Amino acid sequence: MTGLEATGLTYSYGAKKALEDVSFSVSSGAFCALLGPNGAGKSTLFNLLTRLFVAPEGRIIIAGHDLRTNPRAALAELGIVFQQTTLDLDLTVQQNLNYFAALHGLSGRAARAHIDAALDQLDMRERAGEKARALNGGHRRRSEIARALLHDPSVLLLDEPTVGLDAAARASITDYAHTLADQGKTVLWATHLTDEVRPDDDLIVLHRAKVLAHGKARDVAGDMSLKDRFLSMTGAEA
Amino acid sequence: MSAYLTSMRAIVLREALRFIHQRERFIAALVRPLVWLLVFAAGFRAALGLSIIPPYQTYITYETYIVPGLCGMILLFNGMQSSLSLVYDREMGSMKLLLTSPLPRGWLLFCRLVGSTAISILQVYAFLAIAALFDIRMPAWGYVTALPALLVAGLMLGALGLLLSSFIKQLENFAGVMNFVIFPMFFLSSALYPLWKMAESSELLHDICAVNPFTHAVELIRFALYVELNPGALGWTLLATAIFAVAALVGYDPARTRIGRRG
Repeated sequence: MTGLEATGLTYSYGAKKALEDVSFSVSSGAFCALLGPNGAGKSTLFNLLTRLFVAPEGRIIIAGHDLRTNPRAALAELGIVFQQTTLDLDLTVQQNLNYFAALHGLSGRAARAHIDAALDQLDMRERAGEKARALNGGHRRRSEIARALLHDPSVLLLDEPTVGLDAAARASITDYAHTLADQGKTVLWATHLTDEVRPDDDLIVLHRAKVLAHGKARDVAGDMSLKDRFLSMTGAEA
Repeated sequence: MSAYLTSMRAIVLREALRFIHQRERFIAALVRPLVWLLVFAAGFRAALGLSIIPPYQTYITYETYIVPGLCGMILLFNGMQSSLSLVYDREMGSMKLLLTSPLPRGWLLFCRLVGSTAISILQVYAFLAIAALFDIRMPAWGYVTALPALLVAGLMLGALGLLLSSFIKQLENFAGVMNFVIFPMFFLSSALYPLWKMAESSELLHDICAVNPFTHAVELIRFALYVELNPGALGWTLLATAIFAVAALVGYDPARTRIGRRG
């Protein structure tokens, strides 16, 4: 079963092509890294996968729901961590999560149970009453991951979630995302850092609006390190 | 169904919390019309002779005349302010959170509109209360019958703000909104002077004022404050609300927009 599937996605900003015939699939419960240098089209792809834009061509299936014909069912299965912080800094973590729960139609006891479970999972329970502004970068990210998991989605999209974090926070969040995949969530993890990708991960290499490689990270790397392979793939055309 | 109400309550609550956190905004929103009422109107009173026009039944002071216009001004500034905060939300990313909710996009935007309108109406009542302290009073029932009029007018101006926010690409462009939307809408309306007075100086200006939806919003509020219904003004305001709302929905259609393009 596939958790996430994209077929023939094409998108352009005026004359500039941001994505050109992009197709891939991620099987259910897999951790898939979307690796690409800055400007490769990763963020555009995320905007299409989250239906902030609709591509004129191509299809996106999320947990079996077509995003075009059944957007509400598809979005309900989607947990998203955007690249930029989207916490309301003047509100507490709890208030931020309440707001999000309500956007997913959860209220009262059900919302509280979901919020507590998500906070526990990320060891953020004791910070629930703190204002988001008072949190450090790592804890803000954790709050956002807790938020993305709150409605128990089957597919999780993370757009460069480790940007701006220190090494320890980066490692801990990368580990945690792998754990989520082990627990059965489909995870798509966008990054430009090869050290966040493990040999057993699925890997999509995106460069200049096109998919250059798609397979197990180990196989894509071949006899080189992934870092060298990635540089040779993306640098050779520069 | 309850998912809809849950989301509306949360969105309105978030607007309210945001408002509470920005107390300066509340004070600014009150000071602006009060300056007009207590300073501008006092100076202007001598210069402008008003005849008896509906809904007034006696001669009125100029201060009394401009109160409904200043209520409209509060709604107008707030509508544009909420458009500004929508652009801000988009740049800050929290708009993405709203728009990726599984509820229909139109509903989510409508909730935003209701939230900002509710806050505008609170400000209008605070203004009316202060005006009453200065002995500028409306009939007691007028304060009640004004509520639906303020709601319709607020939704209309909020929908206009929503529409503008879908076109404004960056926060910096907001000065343009001041120049090209707020000032013309306010001055080319019946807020500060009755339309017949305008006709004395220029027929063209009068005609522009007569089609300006803000004129009709102000007249709707003016009549409602005197416990009267102005059906023409209501019709125009509702029509303008519908047009702005539909255009805003088109502007926010995911197949057309570039929301979230940055980052």
